[in-house]
Amino acid sequence: MSALQKMMGWVDDRFPLTATYKAHLSEYYAPKNFNFWYFFGSLALLVLVMQIVTGIFLTMNYKPDSMLAFASVEYIMRDVDWGWLIRYMHSTGASMFFVVVYLHMFRGLMYGSYRKPRELIWIFGVLIYLALMAEAFLGYLLPWGQMSYWGAQVIVNLFSAVPFVGEDLSLWIRGDYVISDATLNRFFAFHVIALPLVLIALVAVHLVALHEVGSNNPDGIEIKKKKDPVTHIPLDGIPFHPYYTVKDIVGVIVFLMVFSAIVFFGPTMGGYFLESNNFIPADPLKTPPHIAPLWYFTPFYAILRAVPPMFGSQFPGVVAMGLSIVLLFFLPWLDRGKVKSIRYRGPIYKFALALFIVAFVGLGYLGLLPPSPVATILAQTFSVIYFLFFLLMPWYTSIDKTKPEPERVTG
Amino acid sequence: MSQEADGQKVDTRKRKFLIAATSAVGGVAVAGVAVPLVMSMLPSARAKAAGAPVEVDISKIEPGMLLTAEWRGKPVWVVNRTKEMLDLMAKHNDKLVDPNSEQPQQPEYCKNATRSIKPEFLVVVGICTHLGCSPTYRKEVGAEDLGADWPGGFLCPCHGSRFDLAARVFKNVPAPTNLVIPPHQYLSAGKIQIGVDAKGA
Repeated sequence: MSALQKMMGWVDDRFPLTATYKAHLSEYYAPKNFNFWYFFGSLALLVLVMQIVTGIFLTMNYKPDSMLAFASVEYIMRDVDWGWLIRYMHSTGASMFFVVVYLHMFRGLMYGSYRKPRELIWIFGVLIYLALMAEAFLGYLLPWGQMSYWGAQVIVNLFSAVPFVGEDLSLWIRGDYVISDATLNRFFAFHVIALPLVLIALVAVHLVALHEVGSNNPDGIEIKKKKDPVTHIPLDGIPFHPYYTVKDIVGVIVFLMVFSAIVFFGPTMGGYFLESNNFIPADPLKTPPHIAPLWYFTPFYAILRAVPPMFGSQFPGVVAMGLSIVLLFFLPWLDRGKVKSIRYRGPIYKFALALFIVAFVGLGYLGLLPPSPVATILAQTFSVIYFLFFLLMPWYTSIDKTKPEPERVTG
Repeated sequence: MSQEADGQKVDTRKRKFLIAATSAVGGVAVAGVAVPLVMSMLPSARAKAAGAPVEVDISKIEPGMLLTAEWRGKPVWVVNRTKEMLDLMAKHNDKLVDPNSEQPQQPEYCKNATRSIKPEFLVVVGICTHLGCSPTYRKEVGAEDLGADWPGGFLCPCHGSRFDLAARVFKNVPAPTNLVIPPHQYLSAGKIQIGVDAKGA
């Protein structure tokens, strides 16, 4: 026995190192037919790590104080060595996080990855998405620019629309009568400590649940049903390491090419990743002439604006916006289709999914625009489509004409 | 129910009771510790004390112009309304949600047609009652982007809520109520104090 083997043995008697490595990497069997859409899970993990690392270094120079915050961000950009790179990596990382997460979720929709037995993976995933939205929103206040300030003002005021307790609730969230130093300081605490911990914990349970039941694949069939009679390894499975670790590295390289192009040549992405009004310090007395949330929130913002006030309250709009996300949790039980993957679904589901994507992207676009009567009617139409996609799903998935699923995975 | 263990009887009922009692007492302790944490997020004594009244000199506001003052961290507008503005304001009551200011969005002494103490001076908190943006002063009658029948008033840039020059909300916009008139009083003809109710009101 070599010295190295002896040392591993010593560790393994005290901590399941080799067993963990086998269970999650070298003997975790993933379907062999993963395609392009399977890059985004590992990319999301990469961006999470990048956000945590760049975030740590930003906190070394950032000051969570309403008098100092804006200037401290400018200080990072101008005077701290490489500060501009760390800050642009963090701001670009925020938007790219949502890019990969939206594509990751779309993959789930296409191949029915949320269906039995992966309901909990999906639910943990939606929770990650919620935590991510909270994290992005809290972080956006920190530069203390005009959009930071008024964006937070609008979102915190959403809570004041809750009947009876709303005013007190928003007061409690702000810790003051307006968005102020107290609000900035607590948002900083939540952004750098509370939510990152929640996110990491959720990502851990998301992966544990995934490795318990095994990955879905573009055919939407269970590879565990066909195992080698001797080794009990799924016939269509290959070890995650080295096969998928190496494949994911290719994805990482392409992703980093796009990522660096944005960081170096267009970190503001024409106002979509960093809004131009946010380069003006927060002014509590003056709202910028046009305010819109960052692009990843605009679909839900458009739903909020599409609902008119009812009974002298704008609470219905807030409920609609909340419901648009809550519905995601119920997806595994709303889908009654006989097959999981889009490859074997009938025309009705394909049409419904295409319409849903049009509505979601359309809402995202409308949420960026200033309010106008035409935009409102369009947003109302798209909102109805968005909700019908979920609410009618039990009906249209059960009557759809599906194709037979194959026995083994296809190319 | 009971079971044998090491020849001794285990009283499972007692065991269940003890588990439940321990959990309940532990839960109370957690809730007790949570209270100070939750309460620490309410406005501090300093934040509460910061709401002192402010004095504003209004004598230099030209007719038709708007002055922004700060009170409790919020913008407070003072608009010097001209005779034409006041005349035009009375002609669109049918387009308003609450033309007679029935909702308690103003002190009693401002519950009148102009929502003010002196008809020409409007004093109002410049925060939209929808989601808290600060509307823009748009006094141009019939402004191109607002339609030929625009009588002058305030437009919220965030969600398009419209208010007239008495800060009364128009129908079919997101904001549910009129803008808030803060308590205020005249110290002299050219000076007002915001945050204190008018004497004798």
